[in-house]
Amino acid sequence: MLLDPQLEWLKATSIATIVRENSLFFPLIESIHVLAITLVFGTILIMDLRLIGLASRETMVKQLAQSVLPWTWAAFAIAVLSGGLLFASNAPAYAHNFYFQCKLVLIVLAGFNMSVFHLHLNPNTHRSVADRVTPRSDRIVGVTSMALWIAVIACGRWIGFTMI
Amino acid sequence: MLDHFCSWLEKTALSQILQNVTWAVPAVQTVHILSIGLVMSSVLMLDLRLLGWSCKDQSVTRIAARFLPVVWGTLPVLLLTGLLLILAEPARALENSAFQLKMLMLLTIVVLTLGMQRQIYTDRWDASSRAWRALFPLLSLLLWVCIVFAGRWIAYVRVH
Repeated sequence: MLLDPQLEWLKATSIATIVRENSLFFPLIESIHVLAITLVFGTILIMDLRLIGLASRETMVKQLAQSVLPWTWAAFAIAVLSGGLLFASNAPAYAHNFYFQCKLVLIVLAGFNMSVFHLHLNPNTHRSVADRVTPRSDRIVGVTSMALWIAVIACGRWIGFTMI
Repeated sequence: MLDHFCSWLEKTALSQILQNVTWAVPAVQTVHILSIGLVMSSVLMLDLRLLGWSCKDQSVTRIAARFLPVVWGTLPVLLLTGLLLILAEPARALENSAFQLKMLMLLTIVVLTLGMQRQIYTDRWDASSRAWRALFPLLSLLLWVCIVFAGRWIAYVRVH
């Protein structure tokens, strides 16, 4: 693989070595990672269900986003940080793992889908319960987001079973 | 006795299937984690509202009515997927101190949450003591976080 020397270097760094060899660190960081991704998935699901029109319909999209999304971003930052540490501990093996590669691609796609929500739909996010019909664009973004994040979590779980 | 029960469980047909179908355990674990996501986020939103840190534009009753049914609706899914995971490797879970602690904490928070729910739905939450109103959401967040940690630790605690 193109980046193999860099991945080996990352694995050899002192922080990666600590995560790999300390019997407490790995499960601890893994637990933090699991906690963070459950919150990323769950809080995004709250938004998705609102966009699809299945829940929180009495709250305006924009209002709900303001109370939910800061927590999503905080959890996402923790997930990236803890995930980065887990990755560093065995960088070459993770980088070569098919499910890890899938997971990264899916996260990028989910980010793209979310930017559609922010950039394209933002002017309309004042909608309230008074609007009976949920716009089709909202529903597509919501369903896509749900599918992508479910796949991200499935890939994450499969990494654990396919690492050599 | 638990040893005997575990080795009997291991030999049941369903356990054999879960042990031999390679994708079964990761698939069940994925559903389990997705369900934890639903519970954790619902609990987070509710506890943040109880603390007054989020969703202050909506009443406690409204937030509770939005998120508590998610918790109660998802717990059976967690129970079912959890049972399947136990079946796949009975001794690994049942004789595991992390698992036992997890169940104890789960029982505690379920009882506490039922008490809190009753107070909210009978309009007695605002009248309850200030210490309880501050303590419950903090305790709830702490216990749920510990439950997630204990769950991950099941994989690391060695069972003889």
